[in-house]
Amino acid sequence: MDILVCVKQVPDTTEIKINYETNTLIREGVPSIVNPFDAYALEVAVRLKEKHGGTVTVLSMGPDQAKAALKECLSVGADKAYLLSDRAFGGSDTLATSYILASAIHSLGKFDLIMCGKQAIDGDTAQVGPEIAEHLDIPQVTYALDADVTEDGKVIVKKETETGYEMVETQIPALLTVVKTEFEPRMASVKAKIAANRKPIDVITSQDITIDLSRAGLKGSPTKVKKTYTPPMKGDSVVIKEETAKESVDKLISILDEKSII
Amino acid sequence: MGYILNEESMDIVKLARDFAEKEVKPVCAQYDETGEFPMDLYQKAFDLGFHALEIPEQFGGSGLDYYTCCAVYEEFARIDAGFCTGVAADGLALKTVLMFGNDEQKQYFADYICGGKGNGFAAFALTEPDAGSDAGAGKTVAQKVGDEYVINGRKCFITNAGPAQIYVVFAITDKSKGAKGYSAFIVERDRAGVSVGKEENKMGIRLSNTADVVFDDVHVPADHLIGKEGKGYGYAMSTLDLARPIIGAMAAGIIRRCIEECVAYAKQRVTFGKPIIKHQVNSFKLADMQIKLETTRAAVINCFNQYYAGKPYGEAAAIAKCYGGDSSVECALEAIQILGGYGYSREYPVEKLLRDAKIMQIYEGTNEIQRMVISGYVCR
Repeated sequence: MDILVCVKQVPDTTEIKINYETNTLIREGVPSIVNPFDAYALEVAVRLKEKHGGTVTVLSMGPDQAKAALKECLSVGADKAYLLSDRAFGGSDTLATSYILASAIHSLGKFDLIMCGKQAIDGDTAQVGPEIAEHLDIPQVTYALDADVTEDGKVIVKKETETGYEMVETQIPALLTVVKTEFEPRMASVKAKIAANRKPIDVITSQDITIDLSRAGLKGSPTKVKKTYTPPMKGDSVVIKEETAKESVDKLISILDEKSII
Repeated sequence: MGYILNEESMDIVKLARDFAEKEVKPVCAQYDETGEFPMDLYQKAFDLGFHALEIPEQFGGSGLDYYTCCAVYEEFARIDAGFCTGVAADGLALKTVLMFGNDEQKQYFADYICGGKGNGFAAFALTEPDAGSDAGAGKTVAQKVGDEYVINGRKCFITNAGPAQIYVVFAITDKSKGAKGYSAFIVERDRAGVSVGKEENKMGIRLSNTADVVFDDVHVPADHLIGKEGKGYGYAMSTLDLARPIIGAMAAGIIRRCIEECVAYAKQRVTFGKPIIKHQVNSFKLADMQIKLETTRAAVINCFNQYYAGKPYGEAAAIAKCYGGDSSVECALEAIQILGGYGYSREYPVEKLLRDAKIMQIYEGTNEIQRMVISGYVCR
């Protein structure tokens, strides 16, 4: 069972501040972390490895400092780490990013499972994972809570739904995007930290993979950001909780009517 | 400011901070209240290897330098000095073996800590009811009988005495020689005649276990003697010399927490129309705490600078321990004062900081003993 997990280094948004003049994030002094959903994906992958054997490879695209995130992954069970880093990749939107990642995955070898977090907490698009599956032309299951593989080469995924979960089965290779799982990602041991620090992280550039660079970077990105702004704070909210549902609905309708909304 | 560490060490210190925040902080107030021993918490820390930081890699540990170890202990003590004491007590026992034992003994002892032979706990057994500061006045004896030593006596105030599966025990092998008649032994908990006595109900560091250990005709093989017969007192003093700066590091952790709690409180508490942090009387108190924090750290670092340079470090060790211990108590008192009535209340963590800090002036040699050591260097 060889698994590849895509991870992104993101600013810790719990500590983020916004510059209200430029409407941009103040990144100075904000610690960088492994995107939490990616950490859940990695934990699912490592648990599968521990159960069935095999390897877990982590792949990230980003500047040199993203090595810190990969090192973190190596300390909690990943066996190999690759950093995709090239000026030609700069400015990529989700489509270009997923194309570059898919090209790299294709060049790195065969994997039974590709795992991603459901989305990164900085961009929140939830597009890269599913797009990688499309580029690689493999099945995908999104919003995975957990997964297991069968002896006849299938993956069974516990997929989160609005009302609970459903069990989905598909053949491997497949791509899963992982949500917050019921278990917490493990903490590294002291020895694992030391070992991770001493492990090399291979840097992959556009030269090392088969890729059409017209589909990467700014050139390959159809998304155009016209404007960024901070949404205005919403006004006071009202909680309607009457004795019965009918009374609540009546009250809601009367409020909406009063304000000439309906 | 503080320790200047490489990336690898910084990663480990961050791991320690995360562990302390995520695992220790949510439960320490409750254990402090009940006095129950948090075995599961220690086990989690041991599973991650926090008790084997200074064991050389060849014996199964992580082989970290003392700067990194101290930065880790500062992180632990910042959250709970009792928990930190329990973890660091392993290192105290270990130091005697690492400094004066042979390779077989080092491996044997390390296996009890991190090799799966024991449960990870070890203890250093020197103090006796009538031999605390006057450590040479002990009554525990070890008599050589054939290929064995037979140990009899009672040790008290032994950190980790209850959970430990292995001890370093100091006993008199030659009564006629006083302190020069001491020897050091490795003694396993499961030997016939070893029992754990009364557990202390302590004012602070309540997440640590402190108890008596009784040795009643305990037979240990002669190869359990550490180093040479008659050298035990010197071994004990050298062990304490190396362990004292660690108390300094723990004191720094307590001081840091005092500052953090005070800054957070003083920013939101308003009197006379402004947050009390804007009153100079409080900001100056915080400046004094910061001076004490950085000076304590500097004293700890200085001690290990001497140690790694191969120079005598006993005086520097005593200074780091004494200054850190006194400073942590002073800062905890000031922290209570800044928080006022809330500081005196058990709902806020600063009263615990004072209870925890007080031991820093007492164990591993009282601060009076430290002043004797320091004055010995000054006045000779």
